[in-house]
Amino acid sequence: MMQSTLPLLSLAIWLPILSGLLVLALGNDNKPGASRMLALLGAVISFLPTLAIVAGFDNAAHGMQFVERAAWIKTFNIFYALGIDGISLWFVPLTAFITIIVVIAGWQVIEKKVSQYMGAFLILSGAMIGVFCALDGLLFYVFFEATLIPMFIIIGVWGGSNRMYAAVKFFLYTFLGSLLMLVAIIYLYFKAGNSFDILAWHALPLPLAVQIPIFLAFMMAFAVKVPMWPVHTWLPDAHVEAPTGGSVVLAAIMLKLGGYGFLRFSLPVTPDASHYLAPLVMSLSLIAVIYIGLVAMVQADMKKLVAYSSIAHMGFVTLGCFLFNDMGAQGAIMQMISHGFVSGAMFLCIGVLYDRMHTRQIAEYGGVVNTMPRFAAFFVLFSLANAGLPATSGFIGEFMVILASVQFNFWIGVLAGTALILGAAYSLWLVKRVVFGNIGNKHVAELQDLSGREFMMLGVLAIAVIVMGVYPAPIGDTLQTSVTDLLKHVAVSKVP
Amino acid sequence: MACGALHATCNKTGAIKAETMNNLNLAPLYPEIFLVVATSVILLIDMFLSDARRNLTYLLSLGALAVCAALTLVDFNHGATQYTFGNMFVSDPMSNLLKLFSYLAVGLTLIYSRQYTTDRNMVTVNTGGEFYVLALFSLVGQMVMLSANNFLIIYLGLELMSLSLYALVALRRDHTASTEAAMKYFILGALASGFLLYGISMLYGATGSLDLAEVARITASGTVNRMVLVFGVVFVVAGLAFKLGAAPFHMWVPDVYQGAPTSVTLLLGGAPKLAAFAICMRLLVEGLWTLAVDWQQMLTVMAVVSMAIGNITAIAQTNLKRMLAYSTISQMGFMLLGLLSGVYAGSDANAAANAYSSSMFYAITYVLTTLGTFGVIMLLSRAGFEADNLDDFKGLNQRSPWFAAVMMVLLLSLAGVPPMMGFYAKLAVLQSVVSAGMLWLAIVAVLFSLVGAYYYLRIIKLMYFDDATDTNRIVANGDMRIALSLNGAAVVVLGLLPGPLMAACGAAILRTLAS
Repeated sequence: MMQSTLPLLSLAIWLPILSGLLVLALGNDNKPGASRMLALLGAVISFLPTLAIVAGFDNAAHGMQFVERAAWIKTFNIFYALGIDGISLWFVPLTAFITIIVVIAGWQVIEKKVSQYMGAFLILSGAMIGVFCALDGLLFYVFFEATLIPMFIIIGVWGGSNRMYAAVKFFLYTFLGSLLMLVAIIYLYFKAGNSFDILAWHALPLPLAVQIPIFLAFMMAFAVKVPMWPVHTWLPDAHVEAPTGGSVVLAAIMLKLGGYGFLRFSLPVTPDASHYLAPLVMSLSLIAVIYIGLVAMVQADMKKLVAYSSIAHMGFVTLGCFLFNDMGAQGAIMQMISHGFVSGAMFLCIGVLYDRMHTRQIAEYGGVVNTMPRFAAFFVLFSLANAGLPATSGFIGEFMVILASVQFNFWIGVLAGTALILGAAYSLWLVKRVVFGNIGNKHVAELQDLSGREFMMLGVLAIAVIVMGVYPAPIGDTLQTSVTDLLKHVAVSKVP
Repeated sequence: MACGALHATCNKTGAIKAETMNNLNLAPLYPEIFLVVATSVILLIDMFLSDARRNLTYLLSLGALAVCAALTLVDFNHGATQYTFGNMFVSDPMSNLLKLFSYLAVGLTLIYSRQYTTDRNMVTVNTGGEFYVLALFSLVGQMVMLSANNFLIIYLGLELMSLSLYALVALRRDHTASTEAAMKYFILGALASGFLLYGISMLYGATGSLDLAEVARITASGTVNRMVLVFGVVFVVAGLAFKLGAAPFHMWVPDVYQGAPTSVTLLLGGAPKLAAFAICMRLLVEGLWTLAVDWQQMLTVMAVVSMAIGNITAIAQTNLKRMLAYSTISQMGFMLLGLLSGVYAGSDANAAANAYSSSMFYAITYVLTTLGTFGVIMLLSRAGFEADNLDDFKGLNQRSPWFAAVMMVLLLSLAGVPPMMGFYAKLAVLQSVVSAGMLWLAIVAVLFSLVGAYYYLRIIKLMYFDDATDTNRIVANGDMRIALSLNGAAVVVLGLLPGPLMAACGAAILRTLAS
């Protein structure tokens, strides 16, 4: 155990935010190079404390680690309370890591308002890490909502042609969900005797009739974020219109805020309601897995296809969370981490193609392997990981969730298992139509293969995907204690 | 059930200081006395100034405000409740805190409007520096309202404020919209004053006293005809609602906000809301708490209707000032939620104080934010051009990233998105609503906030996502730029660290309830 005396979590949150503000303050649109360098420097420095957190994390310890606690708003007993356990641990470095990738991805492509672009992503990164670390309900809410603002700007300013519609839809959808959550949070504050402490809420006895509305209010917020069918419709719009970096962060991190919320709030605060309403969540998850999987297959736009596949994959996450067994919950978290890498990489690949061809229509491509062999290798790898091929990270989570659902109920297992088939179908068909075959048209014939910058960016992600696929044990080990504790807690009724 | 919460107020009668008219304690009144004298002196000095030197009036006005602030601050630091003029006038932490913010509001308005008023010939040979003098006199009126402890003094303050504001709205005599707005404001304002006065006369008739503490004592004794009291309360609430601009008494708000010169809109949309909040506190909570059940129902209806009308109608507006007027209506509805939820809180005096202080914090937040938004409108306006259409904000991010960011912060604060100050104001109010057991009202309020978010977002969308149609450079004085930047920064900083201000509001309200 080597807990550092430095407030590492605060550093992980505020370093990116401060460097984002610095980039905004010093940014000069005439000298974008300086903004880029500064942003990269900020992103890399912000990544360092998250590594220290992973290194200093004690797998065997119960409860929260790296805890920081200071009075924030005394009138309402609100604390600036931070801490992480196995459930939240990996999201912190993942967020910081993806931010570096995003800064690199926007290096040449973003020419307009560079400093604002970079600044927005850095601030967003800090706010998202804050969501994963907050142990105070209100602090959680503040970070949760604060992520909306930079993302709204990112989609709206640097997005595609229909960006305004997508940005406003994104904002209002998520705002609606979180406002109801706010009412639930305030209600819990009074129930817990004027306390916003999340851990106190975990221990708070509540009758089922109270748990159900609270559960539903939280579910509104998280289901929109995840997103679950039928409140998923903002996601394809947001993804298609967002710039590549925006799509990457959206898919890799933002969606996880919802999944994480289920594990941190819904299950432990309202365990009885979770059991009671689990059939509802499972049904919605299975619909997401199967129906959205089918929808993904027929998309003509690459980004839309990956967006729908994200929804299907997140269906696995919500399914895993509500199976109430070790394997399911761990699988859900694994799936979230893996999806962070894989979906991020998929959107980067699409970005690489889009930067060259300025179209995302699958029909406009074909035979890309002939002109971009190195790119094709990456694209195939990530697509297979997306389909859940063994020895890639995509396999672990899906496999665990399927196993867990078979344990739970054979037929749910069967339905969940179809996802592997559907995933393989849409991923491989995408690969076939885009990468293989004869060169589709003369634009494809003129394509340039990956630049050094793009190669490095995809290469790092490829290593992450393969390493996690081959040797997931380190991640699994960190999850073990926290997930077991969580499930033990959820198994006990809180009805007084 | 209402009485319990406010038992604290019952003690008030006992606390009346022994004080005769011969032995007047003028100390609590120093800021008002100073401001009246200073304003008169400024008026005199201004007569001898040429247009070129009109800046002196401006500087003197700001100086007067600064001295007032210092005087009030001394009182505020005492933290004591002092009565004077035979209990007609009270100086307590609540009035002092709100006075400080009123000075700030008027001061910022003067800074924002210096260029604006000059460009529009509002401070020329014809009118002189009347703009400044009238603004200061209306402030005196507000200060009297903030400190009034007697029906007549409330009315006196209200009329002093309103008359100055009527004249201010009409200051651009050659401008049709302004004249029309002044006419509407005057007629409806006079009607509202009439309502209030009529209600007061009924209450006086029933209780035989104009002193708030005395009225509270007599109504609580149960010896007076309740029917007359309820009628009185209805008229008083209607009059207050007019002044606050809460639906269904909101008709004047959009027209006056839009028609008045922007600097005047800010004068009547900013600081007066604090004074209106204060008289709500004094009249309803301190004076008429025995009738809380009655006025609470009225406030509930008004709050919901205001949020509905304000938020939904704002969506359809193309004029920013008009849109902000509707937004004001909805914000006032939200503020009323805090006032009305103090009543349900039952026997817990702390919960009641929390509810009222949430409302007070909301009012202060609203004023700070509104100052900024109208400040940005004046920043973008120039001679012969009013930047009050939504389209004038297109592409502001390209023209001035900094002020686009300031405006975004202000709008997000109005929408109640964390980490801006407006979020904590909404949080505090929602908390008191939930604490009062009115969960349904909290849900209604957040749903209307969602509607509200849409039109605030639309402006952000225009500023950030659209290309600029107006490519003129933004010209503004250094003082305005600095003040506006600080205004924007304050909304963020008070959002990150709202604790001290919230605590100050809470302490002030507790003190007022206990006095």
